[in-house]
Amino acid sequence: MEENLYHLQYAMDTFYFLVCGALVMWMAAGFSMLESGMVRAKNTTEILTKNVALYSISCIMYMVCGYAIMYGGDIFLSGISLDGAESGDALAATVLGEFAEREDGFTGGAIYSNASDFFFQVVFVATAMSIVSGAVAERMKLWAFLLFAVVMTGFIYPMEGSWTWGGNAVFGLYSLGDLGFVDFAGSGIVHMAGASAALAGVILLGARKGKYGPNGEIHAITGANLPLATLGTFILWMGWFGFNGGSVLKLGDISNANAVAMVFLNTNAAAAGGLVAALAVARVLFGKADLTMALNGALAGLVAITAGPDTPSALGATIIGAIGGAIVVFSIIGLDKLKIDDPVGAISVHGTVGLFGLLAVPFTNGDASFVGQIVGALTIFVWVFGASLIVWSVIKLIMGIRVSEEEEYEGVDLAECGMEAYPEFTRK
Amino acid sequence: MKLVTAIIKPFKLDVVREALSDIGVHGMTVTEVKGFGRQKGHSELYRGAEYGVDFLPKTKVEIAVSEAQLDTVVEAISKAANTSKIGDGKMFVSKLEQVVRIRTGETGDQAL
Repeated sequence: MEENLYHLQYAMDTFYFLVCGALVMWMAAGFSMLESGMVRAKNTTEILTKNVALYSISCIMYMVCGYAIMYGGDIFLSGISLDGAESGDALAATVLGEFAEREDGFTGGAIYSNASDFFFQVVFVATAMSIVSGAVAERMKLWAFLLFAVVMTGFIYPMEGSWTWGGNAVFGLYSLGDLGFVDFAGSGIVHMAGASAALAGVILLGARKGKYGPNGEIHAITGANLPLATLGTFILWMGWFGFNGGSVLKLGDISNANAVAMVFLNTNAAAAGGLVAALAVARVLFGKADLTMALNGALAGLVAITAGPDTPSALGATIIGAIGGAIVVFSIIGLDKLKIDDPVGAISVHGTVGLFGLLAVPFTNGDASFVGQIVGALTIFVWVFGASLIVWSVIKLIMGIRVSEEEEYEGVDLAECGMEAYPEFTRK
Repeated sequence: MKLVTAIIKPFKLDVVREALSDIGVHGMTVTEVKGFGRQKGHSELYRGAEYGVDFLPKTKVEIAVSEAQLDTVVEAISKAANTSKIGDGKMFVSKLEQVVRIRTGETGDQAL
């Protein structure tokens, strides 16, 4: 009888992991729609190509070596199918043995299929990489971007992941876990990391032509399709339930099931708080309700709560999200003043607010320390930003990272993909 | 005969059409146009950055009228399209040499 329950718990926790992974996978669709809505029509096909290609490259590179670097095991995931066991029955016997050996039985840590763990982890890599594509949109060469994606998802991200969720010491020097670094689902590890890589790229790439005037004027370059941007935001919002909810890692006992419910609730609350705060701040600052800022606000709320969706109260989560939503508006304006051109606001949403998310954890979680959070954030930023800067520079030397001025004017859709996203608008 | 070309705010089109129908105008031609006047367009904010809208959308209404009708038509449009705010538009009245109804070949006032 008890053995059958263990079978069920393994099945339930594996299934939960897979469903959450599928939800996070859907975030790739969210990023695609958000980004295609926030760029000009002439750059739509190319940004969509980047998004589908970077997702696929992430999956391949994480399979080739990323997962092995981050969590150990062999390259190409060899041996993952039966967790090293010789047959399905042998795997079941090993798992049942693990359950039986430990004293806390059902309520201990989750035991699930390693293949489901890979599936859940790989979609996070794709999320981190998706952040980059929006920030460098409308002017970066497609193939330079995809080359960077190979290095980012196969090496740069897995390295910092191994120091955090992987539990390894940073180059053998210090352990972030010992310092009290807590990043539940990846405000820093995924979001700030992606934004750091994006920032390095944007600095080397420069602003879109016409964005900044010679006397410091900031010109608006308006997005082509706000319905798509809104749909993308809602898709991301939904996918985030898998992102944070799945990071509980276990559903199969009362306290964990309740923790999952709390994480869902807090994730949703933070997004709502972020949206309302950004909408209100933008209204006060600009005199109009800026939808794009509101959308960024919802995402900022989500990023802010991601580092600790398990410990705050529902009200606390709403407030954390709202602070994130307010910060993102000022961050977007501030980056524009620094002439860091980010068409979709990715560096502000995922970077600035990702950092805030990390720093907010110690207020509600006694296991986290401010020192740990700061050292962790610095470690992630210095590594990802530095490594990315080197990789972008090398790619720039080899093949260049920016399209020509004429191609930028014509639109990268024609220059890189040879097709327009909305041809009927121009051909009829 | 005269040709009245009125540039009006798009949202006033229905009111103008009704006002003209009421005084017995039987036809008009309407075009969506863009342009600017003394305000030289205006500026909008997107994500905190300004962008100029140099040409504002307007509606152009063209009506061919007889000399006798002219004053009532001009007055009706003035009244119907007026909001007392900037950007209400303008009317241009020009001489119309000839009008021909294509189906019957009628010309002049008969073709109006």
